[in-house]
Amino acid sequence: MLWLLVAAGPASWPGRLLGEARGLFSYRFMVNAYEAGTIVAVMAALVGWFMVLRRQTFAGHTLSVVAFPGAAAAILLGVSAGLGYYGFCLAAALVIAVAPRGSAAAGGFSQESAVIGTVQAFALASGFLFVALYHGFLESVNSLLFGTFLGITNGQVIVLLVVALGVVAVLALVGRPLLFASIDPAVAAVHGVPVRLLGGVFLVLLGLTAAATTQVTGALLVFALLVMPAATAQRLTARPAVSLILSVGIALGVIWVALAIAYYTPYPLGFWVTSVAFGLYVAATLSTAARHRDARRAAHLTGLDQAA
Amino acid sequence: MSQIGAALPGLGWLLDSPFMRNAFLAGTLIALACGLVGYFLVLRAQVFTSDALSHVAFTAALGALAFGLDPRLGLFAGTILVALAMAALGRRASADDVVIGSTFAWVLGLGVLFLTLYTTQRSTANGVASVNYLFGSIFGLSTTQAASAALVAAAISAGVVVIARPLLFASLDEAVAAAAGVPVRLLGVVFLVLVAATTAEATQAVGALLVLGLVAAPAGAAQQLTARPYRALGLSVTFSLGAMWLGLTASYLAPRMPPSFAIIAVASLTYLLATIWASATRGRLARRSGRHPATVS
Repeated sequence: MLWLLVAAGPASWPGRLLGEARGLFSYRFMVNAYEAGTIVAVMAALVGWFMVLRRQTFAGHTLSVVAFPGAAAAILLGVSAGLGYYGFCLAAALVIAVAPRGSAAAGGFSQESAVIGTVQAFALASGFLFVALYHGFLESVNSLLFGTFLGITNGQVIVLLVVALGVVAVLALVGRPLLFASIDPAVAAVHGVPVRLLGGVFLVLLGLTAAATTQVTGALLVFALLVMPAATAQRLTARPAVSLILSVGIALGVIWVALAIAYYTPYPLGFWVTSVAFGLYVAATLSTAARHRDARRAAHLTGLDQAA
Repeated sequence: MSQIGAALPGLGWLLDSPFMRNAFLAGTLIALACGLVGYFLVLRAQVFTSDALSHVAFTAALGALAFGLDPRLGLFAGTILVALAMAALGRRASADDVVIGSTFAWVLGLGVLFLTLYTTQRSTANGVASVNYLFGSIFGLSTTQAASAALVAAAISAGVVVIARPLLFASLDEAVAAAAGVPVRLLGVVFLVLVAATTAEATQAVGALLVLGLVAAPAGAAQQLTARPYRALGLSVTFSLGAMWLGLTASYLAPRMPPSFAIIAVASLTYLLATIWASATRGRLARRSGRHPATVS
């Protein structure tokens, strides 16, 4: 365990750490897990950053949940699970991209959330149906939902890399107009930015990212890697480029640390990923709040009351 | 229940077996509570909040199991405490879905930890417990469980009916309601507690992951069809009850189909049909008044 490592004393620190790292990477599955985790962290942090900016967290959560019926259907039909992940997530992204237009006219925001909620519950229910039809893998329901880092194959890593390169390339291409359209859609539309099309493209990217991330964190915990690094980064700085890079750094740190802890403890990876990410988020929130308080106090002392 | 069975000779066979009687008893009252609470959730745009509470329900149930407590105690204590915490964070925080999202992602992570603790420490435990709490097991309710579930659901429904009028006022126009002396904040807190209790209750029927469907779909469908509040409330309850009864019956007839799936499938289908119906009606209205559909809302 890691705390044992810490308790071993400062004298033997570097050597022990190096030895432990060598042990960690002596297993093929850990190397694959680290490769897949790194790819997924970069992609999820970049796409998640835009997701948080666009306030589409509920949609992101739903897209990630859809991966579960995708995988269950693929297993039931006997095709590769990857096909199910990507197919279902893409389809759901398209449904959400198309659906709100019809209903947004009817009831505005509350209707949109009803659509997303219904899609999500139906997706999970379908997943449960597929599991029930395919007898005898109730145990693996838990690994589909909550992730496992033991079974990642070389082939999966290569597919992940290809998908990630594609997603990041498209995101780099549409990044600037997307940022504009996310911050002020009305002004962007006036300037001739195709806001609706960009929204659709972004949902597809989000779907692909969710499908890829699921394979490491499990369907229910994708959300942690999508939302928390981005939310933490946006707490710490308001400058877009800095917080985007910070978000990637945080996601990488979270997944690397979580994988290492999960290797040494009997507790699941999903718990460590969410806990490390949430710990950073809380720390960022507290430090930002403290900084604001100090700034207010300083402003007060110099007579520049910001409340005015 | 048997009198009802005798009164409906065509459907009496449905209630022959005790597990179906229990499922119908608990399911009917849970659907009633979900329909009532769901209408206000959609109206107040708090669907995401109930999503978060349902994840808390999973963690709370498994936490109670891991520490050897009654899972129902965990369910109610966990969800109601989190609901109160959400209410205490105030309006500003409750509107921020990034905060809610980050928190419940971690809560779900905790649930996984409890799951591991439970499955590794208790020899009788297995993965089925978590699947039951995630996806529900309404056919597995005992008679006492069904009766207590029905009682709690009836109490929740009564609570919603009692506060329905002021809550409606506060949801539609908070500022005016506050000016007219309606205790807006208190109502919001009471409502959140009722949502939490509904989530805890419905988790036993359709499961933590699917509560959202029974809460959002009937209410969303009802609001597509009518703008009048009490009619929409009535429709929401009707759809919810219909989804529960049809789902239970369908699942009884096709045993390989889990009841939770059948219930959510009927609810989702209702929502889809309501959306199509509403847009068709709007199109007809628009043509009659000679305007483009997009301009009518």
